Amino acid sequence: MNIAISASGPSLDAQVNPRFGRCEQFIILDPETMQFKVLANTGQSAGGGAGIATAQYIVKEGIGAVLTGNCGPNAHQVLSAAGVKVITGVSGNIREAVELYKSGNYSSSDQANVGDHFGMSKGSNR
Amino acid sequence: MIISIASGKGGTGKTLVATSLARSLMDTYSVTLLDCDVEEPNVHLFINPEITSTEEVTIKVPQVRQDRCNHCGKCSEACAFNAIAVLGDTVLTFPELCHGCGACSYLCPRQAISETPYRIGTLEKGSVAGIDFVKGQLDIGRAMATPVVRRVKQCRSDEGITLIDASPGTSCPVIEAVNGSDFCLLVTEPTPFGLNDLSLAVEAVKQLGIPCGVVINRAGRFNEAVEQYCRKENIPVLLKIPLDLKIACLYSEGITLADGLPEWKMEFKQLAERIMELIGERNCNTQR
Repeated sequence: MNIAISASGPSLDAQVNPRFGRCEQFIILDPETMQFKVLANTGQSAGGGAGIATAQYIVKEGIGAVLTGNCGPNAHQVLSAAGVKVITGVSGNIREAVELYKSGNYSSSDQANVGDHFGMSKGSNR
Repeated sequence: MIISIASGKGGTGKTLVATSLARSLMDTYSVTLLDCDVEEPNVHLFINPEITSTEEVTIKVPQVRQDRCNHCGKCSEACAFNAIAVLGDTVLTFPELCHGCGACSYLCPRQAISETPYRIGTLEKGSVAGIDFVKGQLDIGRAMATPVVRRVKQCRSDEGITLIDASPGTSCPVIEAVNGSDFCLLVTEPTPFGLNDLSLAVEAVKQLGIPCGVVINRAGRFNEAVEQYCRKENIPVLLKIPLDLKIACLYSEGITLADGLPEWKMEFKQLAERIMELIGERNCNTQR
């Protein structure tokens, strides 16, 4: 099943973006074939509820898991309701992150790892 | 007549001007004073009103009847604030993001969404010596100030003078507070910060089509930049309150200029008269 990775650039050599809701783009990737497409995040510019908008948007891609740096409570709730696994704390090169995911090195979190509006400050400390 | 008091920058003296105006005009006019700075209301500190009623301010948030919902997603598409999400056969609502506009329930083709009240703040009504007072206060942890401001504004009076103390800035709660005023008094201070934020506030009230005038508080040696700006923009400087230790001391004790330095009563009365001249509404139907 496809996975979505919050991406800092449009390639597998880009870094994982620490933000979920306010991330500029996602890489939607089939881990079996490593085929992927880049999805510009329309939820990013939402005045409020960016995490909810982004989660709804990428859920439509039929994904089974999200790899990202940080995920707030509202986005986590939406992704969980859609049965999408949320894997937070992911950083570094996207290709390497996918390999770690495939080898079972990540476990999904059953709750948000950051509070509301974390990504408003570009993922740095509030 | 409605006069709103705004500033752009915080801490320039909006509340001092609003309360001093109220205390100067209350002998001549029936005065309604609305504290629309709902995130940090403090008018009451200056006028010590007796509060006679308190009520909750609520907005209406969606409640979805699962038995009627077919998960078409129209509600979620319609919501400008991402407060309702449809995922497969699950509908999630986020009341803290809801603005209470009602679009979701209006557009639901199966009438599956009803609206239920959600508390966001309180409204207090009271009075003191001829001033009707209303204060809005947003609950801690709530982000939606505008509906509280709107509720406070419903308490304006069609008779006499309604004074609206707005919050700083130029965002939604300020726009809601000043919109529909006959005149907006912009209180500034003669600093680069005061001037910068004054210019933002001027742009906002111009967009709203509200005539405005400026009060320079803590006026002193550096007024020139503000006055030059006002000349350029053709905005009258209606009053200057000097940077003065006596005034600062009164302010720190929560005493208005009208109460602490009675000679200021005349200044504020004249200020109100100038405003009436400017909006062409001479004393008709405002006098007690």
